[in-house]
Amino acid sequence: MESFTNRKKVVSDKPMTFIEKLYLPAIFSGMMITMKHILTRKKTIKYPEEIRVFAPVYRGQHVLKRDEEGRENCTACGLCAVACPAEAITMVADERKRGEENLYREEKYASTYEINMLRCIFCGLCEEACPKEAIFLTDRIVPTEFERANFIYGKDKLVESMEDRIDISLRQNTGKRGAI
Amino acid sequence: MDTALLIEKFSLVVIVFLISLGVAAYSTYFERKLAAWIQDRIGPDRAGPFGLLQPIADGVKMFMKEDFIPKNSDKWLFIIGPGISMFTALITSTIIPWGPPIEIFGRQIELQIADFNIGILFIFGVVSIGVYGIMIGGWASNNKYSLFGAIRASSQMISYELAMGISLITIILLTGSLSLTDIVKSQHGMNWNIFYQPVCFLIFFICSLAETNRAPFDLAECESELVGGYHTEYSSMKLGLFLFAEYVSMFISSALMAILFFGGYNFPGMDYFDGNTLAILGVLAFFTKTFLFIFVFMWIRWTIPRFRFDQLMHLGWKTLIPAAIINMLITAIVIAFHKGWF
Repeated sequence: MESFTNRKKVVSDKPMTFIEKLYLPAIFSGMMITMKHILTRKKTIKYPEEIRVFAPVYRGQHVLKRDEEGRENCTACGLCAVACPAEAITMVADERKRGEENLYREEKYASTYEINMLRCIFCGLCEEACPKEAIFLTDRIVPTEFERANFIYGKDKLVESMEDRIDISLRQNTGKRGAI
Repeated sequence: MDTALLIEKFSLVVIVFLISLGVAAYSTYFERKLAAWIQDRIGPDRAGPFGLLQPIADGVKMFMKEDFIPKNSDKWLFIIGPGISMFTALITSTIIPWGPPIEIFGRQIELQIADFNIGILFIFGVVSIGVYGIMIGGWASNNKYSLFGAIRASSQMISYELAMGISLITIILLTGSLSLTDIVKSQHGMNWNIFYQPVCFLIFFICSLAETNRAPFDLAECESELVGGYHTEYSSMKLGLFLFAEYVSMFISSALMAILFFGGYNFPGMDYFDGNTLAILGVLAFFTKTFLFIFVFMWIRWTIPRFRFDQLMHLGWKTLIPAAIINMLITAIVIAFHKGWF
């Protein structure tokens, strides 16, 4: 059969020559290889002193953004939940009451919004599906927990606070989506 | 025997003892570092600067562990085993000439604890006892893996002692003396034995690897087949002594190789110095050579996979011993011709 790759190797069982039987040349070449490894720069990052820089497109824990006036962007349209291949997102929609205009940007909002971080595969499809620029993935790592229930993140953990806004510009400006 | 000599020898013994232990302790550190570097890692670097306190941490750990003696083991032999290993590893250092004589307080002090005129025979005797530590330890453990390890160690020792002895006869022929001091003195300057006897050196080096139970000849402790070999059942400082004895004997073997083949404390251009300068430089040269050998020992360990048992026997009996005998005969004939005996 025709070979499509050049990876095929004909195995030979010819007896070893005298030099090969001495093993010494092979041992020396082996030792040269290990010597090369001794002299190479180590790629280890010493963690507590030095923290690995994430790639700009790293997809970590989600954030639900607010707009400049501190109103939640999310309108509970459910597109993220539909897009989610892991079915990690659930939400309950609610109508904005009079007097809540400073809390929610549009007439409809999510009264509960939950992401199950154990189900989530951090694919970023929710972010792509979102028409309101409400949900984004960030460079934050989901911390470990002892209880499974604690991994279901509600709005308390997902919505950013106005005092401590989450910067998502780096990820947005580097990816193929272009600047927002 | 006057008091000064007694004090001199006693302090020398203490210093040599401490140096042997210190070098052994830091070779465990260096071994881990080197292994890490070869495997593209960094190695221990948490305890102290560059992890230099690691051996101390290891020692403390060893002492803190539970000292367990298996129920069906032979208790006394179980305790004696690691002791013999350590004792034989250390006692070889008595006859090693560490440097040219040094002058302190107007006294000429030989940097050697005891100058036997049969130094090489003494080394052989002691090194051969070394295997008893492993054998007794493995036997007393009453564990099949330990016993396997012990059997392997002893059969390995028998096969490699021969080739080692015959290769040493060549050096004795060359020097005409069994005393290590004379052997070192005969290699004055750059007149090292390695240039006359490279084959002999190679045989001796391979045998040294086997003698110290280091990879690729570490069949006796062979983790992948025998759990831990002869020290499977050992814990705490008894295990520590076994492991430590390996490093001490590695240090001593390296020193021996430096003495027998690389001129000991001799270095090129040593005639321009004298007195204490020469002594200090000589000791430095000696330790440089020794550390180089320790490095090569470790380098080999982390490069070459372990031999199979039959390959080990094959190498010992069918390759090294004939090679050593042929080498010895040729040397003997050449020396005889040289001296005009024919």
